[in-house]
Amino acid sequence: MSKPFVFEKPMGMRDTLPVLYQVKQQVRTVMEQEIREWGYQFIQTPTLEYYDTVGEASAILDQQLFKLLDSEGKTLVLRPDMTAPIARVVSSSMKDVSYPIRLAYDSAVFRSQQREGGRPAEFEQVGVELIGDGTSSADAEVIALMVSTLSKAGLQEFKVAVGHIGFLNELFVEILGNEDRAEELLRYLYEKNYVGYASHVKSLPLSSIDKKRLLDLLHLRGGEEVLKLAEDLTAVGGRKAISDLRELFNILELYGVQDKIVLDFTLFSHMSYYTGIVFEGYTNELGFPLCSGGRYDQLLGEFGRSAQAIGFGIRLDYLLEALSAKEPSASRSCIIFSAENRKEAIAKSRELREQGRSVVVQDISGVGNVDEYSGRFQEVIYVIGKSEKGGAQ
Amino acid sequence: MSSLLTVAMPKGRIFQEAVELLRQAGYPLPPEFEDSRKLIIEIEEAGMRFILAKPMDVPTYVEHGVADVGIAGKDVMLEEERDVYEVLDLKISDCYLAVAGLPEQKEHSVAPKIATKYPNVAAHYFREQGEQVEIIKLNGSIELAPLIGLADRIVDIVSTGRTLKENGLVELEKIREITSRIIVNPASYRMKAGVIDELVKRLSKVVESKEEIK
Repeated sequence: MSKPFVFEKPMGMRDTLPVLYQVKQQVRTVMEQEIREWGYQFIQTPTLEYYDTVGEASAILDQQLFKLLDSEGKTLVLRPDMTAPIARVVSSSMKDVSYPIRLAYDSAVFRSQQREGGRPAEFEQVGVELIGDGTSSADAEVIALMVSTLSKAGLQEFKVAVGHIGFLNELFVEILGNEDRAEELLRYLYEKNYVGYASHVKSLPLSSIDKKRLLDLLHLRGGEEVLKLAEDLTAVGGRKAISDLRELFNILELYGVQDKIVLDFTLFSHMSYYTGIVFEGYTNELGFPLCSGGRYDQLLGEFGRSAQAIGFGIRLDYLLEALSAKEPSASRSCIIFSAENRKEAIAKSRELREQGRSVVVQDISGVGNVDEYSGRFQEVIYVIGKSEKGGAQ
Repeated sequence: MSSLLTVAMPKGRIFQEAVELLRQAGYPLPPEFEDSRKLIIEIEEAGMRFILAKPMDVPTYVEHGVADVGIAGKDVMLEEERDVYEVLDLKISDCYLAVAGLPEQKEHSVAPKIATKYPNVAAHYFREQGEQVEIIKLNGSIELAPLIGLADRIVDIVSTGRTLKENGLVELEKIREITSRIIVNPASYRMKAGVIDELVKRLSKVVESKEEIK
């Protein structure tokens, strides 16, 4: 391995330059405001966690974890998501707070990219966790809040696909008889390999009716009418999931966000993490889901305080890309002074700052090319020379 | 950005067959489509914009969402393992992945060497077989490797077996059948569900009717 050049950063690591920083800050503020208005409380957790706790419990694949050793040889991870750390907090520092608990976060998370560039390995996620409430009301609240947060941030065209892990599990077990065989099929869905799924189904020793049920599953995508189709597919297994989803749909209507929702029974984004509804949000001109979430009723148990829980996470980097970030409106002023006018310059800057302006105070002898430098500002005030009156430009 | 569906097409072997399928599915691709040297071709009447890529790169374009849909061989899908939906088997460009070598090859017993364009597929296959091998990645003319002693065996796609035969190689094991697939970007699969479902439906009809003839 050659030594890195001074301009190089580890793969997937990115700088945030001033303009982007400001846009990010604005979007972040709006999102945090919305989440706070829904009564969620923000928390922060450490960047480093133990591999054996948070690393193992997290939904992120092992090969995507950044691992390092502490001075005692224990394996640490850079937190790959915020859900596992929050589960840890809720089960330890907050163990005396009774359920339900509504928490929110806005934090950088780290996921190593092994193949190539083009995707950040560190990115900011804004999200919530609603812990200790297993109702459809909780499901709907979290989805509605996600939709509302995206809308407030300025995103117009987007869709949230909603699926249900319970439906898939139960339908497969009902038709195939046991969980091992069900898992084989689930793996095809997880790998998004519908061709493999279909040919596997065709090779199974099943009645043609059952085969058709399994194949029809792949078409269960669309609006509320899909619930009826899903119902026709199942005998008993999955009925509960369907009625949950129907209720969810009705509540989302009350929130007025049902037009953003599409049902998608094929959605299966993790082999074992999620336990109930799952969802992903998409927008035009963005190839990756910009937010996702779901119900994870097993995770809290791993930290010793079992609870039903649901949450979402929005990727701030993808959101900004989708918003095709506007230039920030706030302008900067510059007071360029010569040493003998320092006092006036500082007084003037104080005055402007009190009006909420962003002001640079620059000694003229510290600048090489004054014309070039002053060009960076929307307003330039010169406080130069013996005369007390500075020439404004 | 226009509302055209962006379709990543593989240049070379699969291209002609794929174009033919699209025409049979009722998409009006002009006759000069095949002759163009352009890398991006917009065909408003079909509602599509085609990008012409190296076959191995098609899943990359689709995964990153710069193409909504693509046509890719299963060999490429296995090698690249991209996060895209594989929704339809087009059953075109039939071939298979196989292990081949010289008929009287003496195995290098300590570290058998395998030359291939598909390092992931080959590594995975031999691990499954319980054999540890060393993989040498080549970009083409794989048959050369055992002939001049770079590797003991090769892993490559075989369609007629002629290249192997003419170079005095024999097929040792068949790994799996390969056909071309329609692949879809996960976001496009939801945001453009209507157009994509229509495309898949029309193409699967064509594929099915061909199967019946067979």
